[in-house]
Amino acid sequence: MYAYDEIDRTLVNERVSEFRDQVKRRLSGELTEDEFKILRLQNGVYLQLHAYMFRVAIPYGTLATNQLRALAHVARKYDRGYGHFTTRQNIQFNWIKLAELPDALADLAEVGIHAMQTSGNNMRNVTSDQWAGVAPGEIEDPRIWSELIRQHTTLHPEFSFLPRKFKIAITASDHDRAAIKIHDIGLRLIKNEKGETGFEVLVGGGLGRTPFIAKTIKHFVHGRDILSYIEAILRVYNQYGRRDNIYKARIKILVHELGIEKFSREVEDEWQHIRNSSLQIDDEVIEDIRSRFTYPAYEKLPHMPDELRQAAADPEFEAWRKNSVAPHKVPGYSIVTISLKPTGGPPGDATAEQMDALADLADKYSFGEIRVGHEQNLALPHVAKRDLPALWKALDKLGLATPNVNLITDIIACPGLDYCSLANARSIPIAQELTRRFANHELANLIGRLHINISGCINACGHHHVGHIGILGVEKNGEEVYQITIGGRADENAALGTLIGPGVKFDEVADVVEDIVEAYLALRERPEELFMDTVKRLGVEPFKERVYATR
Amino acid sequence: MTSPLEQKKIKIAGPSVVTANRTWDGIVVYRTAAKSWSADLSEAAIVRNSDEAKALLAESVVDDVGAIGPYIAPVQVGEDGKILPGNLREQIRRTGVTIGQPAQV
Repeated sequence: MYAYDEIDRTLVNERVSEFRDQVKRRLSGELTEDEFKILRLQNGVYLQLHAYMFRVAIPYGTLATNQLRALAHVARKYDRGYGHFTTRQNIQFNWIKLAELPDALADLAEVGIHAMQTSGNNMRNVTSDQWAGVAPGEIEDPRIWSELIRQHTTLHPEFSFLPRKFKIAITASDHDRAAIKIHDIGLRLIKNEKGETGFEVLVGGGLGRTPFIAKTIKHFVHGRDILSYIEAILRVYNQYGRRDNIYKARIKILVHELGIEKFSREVEDEWQHIRNSSLQIDDEVIEDIRSRFTYPAYEKLPHMPDELRQAAADPEFEAWRKNSVAPHKVPGYSIVTISLKPTGGPPGDATAEQMDALADLADKYSFGEIRVGHEQNLALPHVAKRDLPALWKALDKLGLATPNVNLITDIIACPGLDYCSLANARSIPIAQELTRRFANHELANLIGRLHINISGCINACGHHHVGHIGILGVEKNGEEVYQITIGGRADENAALGTLIGPGVKFDEVADVVEDIVEAYLALRERPEELFMDTVKRLGVEPFKERVYATR
Repeated sequence: MTSPLEQKKIKIAGPSVVTANRTWDGIVVYRTAAKSWSADLSEAAIVRNSDEAKALLAESVVDDVGAIGPYIAPVQVGEDGKILPGNLREQIRRTGVTIGQPAQV
């Protein structure tokens, strides 16, 4: 966990007071909506279909149990008893009242949580690997650098009015769980030949109406230079980014239009002006941040404790363990992913009761720490293997032990037309139907790793472009129509999916997905060949043929 | 169902209302003939051509404290005079999400 200092606490508290005054002036009519809108957006407050939506940041996806309890409290006291975890390590509350928002923010501030820069044209929540600090083989904890960037960019005046929103993600593992290649800036933490920490810097990734996979702009930027290099990128973007057309305002468009070579030359020129300035980071600064992250006092525990050996005889436990439990860097411990994708449930939602109970379990079994991943699941990062059977039983009672992590029902979905004012079609009911169709665990296991992503409009909050199967809801002649892509992925081999054909109606989507899955099961060469391997080997044609032959 | 945020021209094809969200709590409201806001669609003022729609919207926009983001939305008016939302988006705004909410499931 990271311990905030007095500066952080003061900043967060002052922000609450400031926003309280702004809300008061808005409700009295002193501020018009036009004047107020940018202020509320800078505090994570959107207006959605039914109500205001309040988005709270969970920096680099790390939560302490008192923070999770505070989120449960907000859900219970100010909302309708639940929250929605998003694809960028935030949580959203869908039914918040503007008049009560300052109180909700004040309650969150008590535990160091805020909503600054969770919307608006500024630097958004810096995200990272939800397994940061515990993943085996990780180069070093990327959250230290995430925190450095968070501190530097929070309320940074030069970057508070960018042409458009700006998102950074960091990973330090070979397997990218932070989806860095679909971010404005993606940072891959690496070591140079001298063993010094630095980053491969990628730029210009993003989804939405014009999707791009990020390109490498520099193969190694030393850690001490990372702020100046990021700042150089932002300055070039700030100068040349399109402010005249919202659809062309993201940095990905600028990188595409200039070309990565010209864009990198512009950044290099800018960087030479500022790299040896006060932006160069002293080792002491990094060490100070590092010292504020506390790590558990791990015990020396056996790799295969008796409790785990005995529980292995229970097939239900084993089904859960096999896809929810991952190796930990410390022997005797595991990382446990908690599926927020129950059969028939909205992906990413958790009730206040679940959040409270999970906080209790994290205190008991995970040194008081919870993680949030971009796949809209949670994780307990430090669970002793001997505790896995007891934890599983407790999670099962809470409805949080669905054994489907990374399987076909572990669906990423945006709120869609049920909540979102931008959406053209519903996402959640599609996800719910798919979780029912593939509820049989043996079938889901037989299919193996397969990610479905659903967006209710072209803005792509459900990351449909990078779903193994992507589903995009659009509107055609007043009806919801869904376009299907296959072959996308969001990991270190990130790729955009390929459209397989004309859109299909709401009622047909689950049938189409079943057809695609049946085609895959028939086409794969062996059970170990994953869906993505089959698509890579054969292309989209056989799937297209299967789907449209009878339609 | 095109998002009204993309509504550029006011051109209506049938009976319509002006809808918005109430400022203090965000709930869905409709402009009434009495120049106020109501959460009840049956109390909404109905407009039937573009000029009427423009006039009602212009009058609604003035009340910036009462409600935000007013726009023209289609409705259906039954023979009995009952007003119903004219598309899925407005149906969802009126009756709520089409899914069970987690805390209620």
